[in-house]
Amino acid sequence: MMAGITKIDLARTGNEAMAYAMKQVNPDVVAAYPITPATEIVQLFAQYVADGEVDTEYVPVESEHSAMSACIGSSAAGARTMTGTSSQGLALMYEMCYIAAGLRLPIVMADVNRALSAPINIHCDHSDTMGMRDAGWIHIFSENAQEAYDNMLQAVRIAEHESVRLPVLVTTDGFIISHGMERVATLPDDEVKKFIGPFKPGTMLLDVAKPITVGALNFTDFYFEHRRALVDAQAASVAVIKQVGREFGQKYGTAYDCIEPYQLADAEYAIVALGSTCGTAKVVIDQLRAGGVKAGMLKIRVFRPFPAAEIAAALAGKKSVAVLDRSDVLGGFGGPVFTEVRSALYQKPNAPLLADYIYGLGGREIDMEMIGSVFAQLQDGTAKPDSVQYLGVRD
Amino acid sequence: MSLKKYQDLALGGNIERGGTAVDFKTGDWRSLKPVYKPENCIHCLFCWAYCPDSAVHVADGKMAGFDLDHCKGCGICAHECPGKKGAKAIVMEPEVK
Amino acid sequence: MATLKELAARGDKFTGGHRACAGCGATIAARQALLAAGKHKVVAGCATGCLEVVSTIFPYTAWNVPFIHSAFENAAATVSGVEAAYQSLKRQGRITENIKFIAFGGDGGTYDIGIQSLSGAMERGHDMLYICYNNQAYMNTGIQRSSATPRGCNTTTSPAGRKIPGKAQFRKDLTEIMAAHNIPYVAQCVIGNWSDFTRKVEKALDKGGAAFINILQPCRLGWGYKPELTAELGRLAVETCFWPLYEVEDGVYKLNATPKDKKPITDWLFQQERFRHLKQPANGAIVDEIQREVDQRWERLVRKCDG
Repeated sequence: MMAGITKIDLARTGNEAMAYAMKQVNPDVVAAYPITPATEIVQLFAQYVADGEVDTEYVPVESEHSAMSACIGSSAAGARTMTGTSSQGLALMYEMCYIAAGLRLPIVMADVNRALSAPINIHCDHSDTMGMRDAGWIHIFSENAQEAYDNMLQAVRIAEHESVRLPVLVTTDGFIISHGMERVATLPDDEVKKFIGPFKPGTMLLDVAKPITVGALNFTDFYFEHRRALVDAQAASVAVIKQVGREFGQKYGTAYDCIEPYQLADAEYAIVALGSTCGTAKVVIDQLRAGGVKAGMLKIRVFRPFPAAEIAAALAGKKSVAVLDRSDVLGGFGGPVFTEVRSALYQKPNAPLLADYIYGLGGREIDMEMIGSVFAQLQDGTAKPDSVQYLGVRD
Repeated sequence: MSLKKYQDLALGGNIERGGTAVDFKTGDWRSLKPVYKPENCIHCLFCWAYCPDSAVHVADGKMAGFDLDHCKGCGICAHECPGKKGAKAIVMEPEVK
Repeated sequence: MATLKELAARGDKFTGGHRACAGCGATIAARQALLAAGKHKVVAGCATGCLEVVSTIFPYTAWNVPFIHSAFENAAATVSGVEAAYQSLKRQGRITENIKFIAFGGDGGTYDIGIQSLSGAMERGHDMLYICYNNQAYMNTGIQRSSATPRGCNTTTSPAGRKIPGKAQFRKDLTEIMAAHNIPYVAQCVIGNWSDFTRKVEKALDKGGAAFINILQPCRLGWGYKPELTAELGRLAVETCFWPLYEVEDGVYKLNATPKDKKPITDWLFQQERFRHLKQPANGAIVDEIQREVDQRWERLVRKCDG
């Protein structure tokens, strides 16, 4: 804890932590639609509005598609804009999410990871947000409610940075984080205000003296150039994500980066994971370490832009590595995290043996014993290179 | 015209000025052109009101000729023209290239 | 209401140099709407479709007001977001200008794929005017049927074939659906009556709150007629009572034009290629059906306006 900044510890669910971060950000506009398990974010925020605790214009839209459409209009108008959703709601938004990124609008969205239908299911997996991986958004995973809170504040800074100007998706895991009660350290309102600073829009339709056109039609002569510019914006965001994460640490005690190694430096056997599973895995690793096994983990916090070089460097020299994928790429070769990590390692020296474990679909429990079994397979050689296995399914 | 590199384009593909379409000429689409007969004009401005291409000039509230850079020759102006005593103030004639 | 001289003095906010067909009615609607709105500061939006495509081919834009297009089915939601931003920044004292908001959408983007977004925005009561430039089919993609396409009409997805003579269904009445939202202002207009349209646009903006205008827009390509007839065919739709001009202000219906001599629907139908097949004697029953339907809708509307 830095001098002069008082953190207030409160018992909060992940949803409460995200809604509270949104309240402190005090965005100009929130357009949102309720969906399990993210509904609380929307309803808590509506209460803040009803109680006059924020300056926000709250737009209670009739669908998630309209939520993102209204966010696009609002952000392009020159207003700081936020929203929240989950699962089918995010899937309904996909079309507009691509457009939000293409128009370079710094919208911040809270997403509670939930499985996609069919069959319909309200519990956690990462299928919904993994559908966003080509949309052009910056994509941050949270391990717990504390990270969700911290990530939401940092997301505003990252999205709005003049070299970035991209939308940011901050996720928690459905029910595991969204509804689990934790102690969350929150910053005072004025500290949040200072940290995020005032919004300086890059596009402002409400500047009527300057009649810009947003969303013009591109033929073959300009489309490619405009898409290429997005690549640069994603690349430029890496330094900003790191700088904002460092500054957050200097000011408030916990620094953030794109990846977070845990007991990884001297590890022989490692897992790669995202989100709430990392918390469980840390306990398993501590136990294995106590028993003399050199176990470790690479947690990926930022999935977009994908920190390929950092991941390759962090995993170099390990004997074998298991990727834990909480979603699948049907008809592909392994889950989305596996395919990206494997690409990152290709033709790199000292690349480890890499196996994929798809787990936890539709909220299927992942416990310490299951993570322990993955480490056991890494050690005894039953984890075959380039294999894709399903962990915890009845077969 | 050399087109801009991607680094030099405006944020988000925005067009940063309004009304830049005037720089694009559509006059060469025409096969018929409007010809103004001021002696038959009552300056009702129907030609101006119904022109899809903003190609009728108005000055001081009066019909003041055509913007042939943008007129596509649709003939709405001539059709809508009430003229004077049955004689049109706008007639369409074949475009001579 | 403003005279044409007064409108001309306001200056065009929708320029030439766009790529619409010669004689396009959609661009007449956009131009006249922005002229009518000219005493206000305006931000406009448009659904994907003919109007958006012809007017914003990068780096050329025909819009001389701030303009946004995002997608097809969501012009209302997108502009509602712009309006929400305005309300927020205005309340916080971060902008001082008074601004009005207009969204445009074709019948495809309004009657069909955009009706949910439109209904939502109107129900929420944003201070915005939505103008549907209704040319009765998906013209931008090559004349496919929409729920605004009239019965018997030949389109590329309701073709007049050897067995089926064009579209089987009657058109949806979106103006009445919007009136049922109990918003402050709903109106029907037509290309070909500039004074009625510009008066209604001004009225909608001056009233404030959510407003909807459905303007019937002849399309020379999709309807099949000579380009100079765009305004004429609009007026004929009114004179046959196919497309009555009326407004619903705070729930009160008012007819704006009653034809002295109601013309038979064939006067309108048979000037258009899209109904040409209905001239065949075998299709006479369909023409009769269309006439009956026009008559019934007209009588219902007159009763509402008298009531």
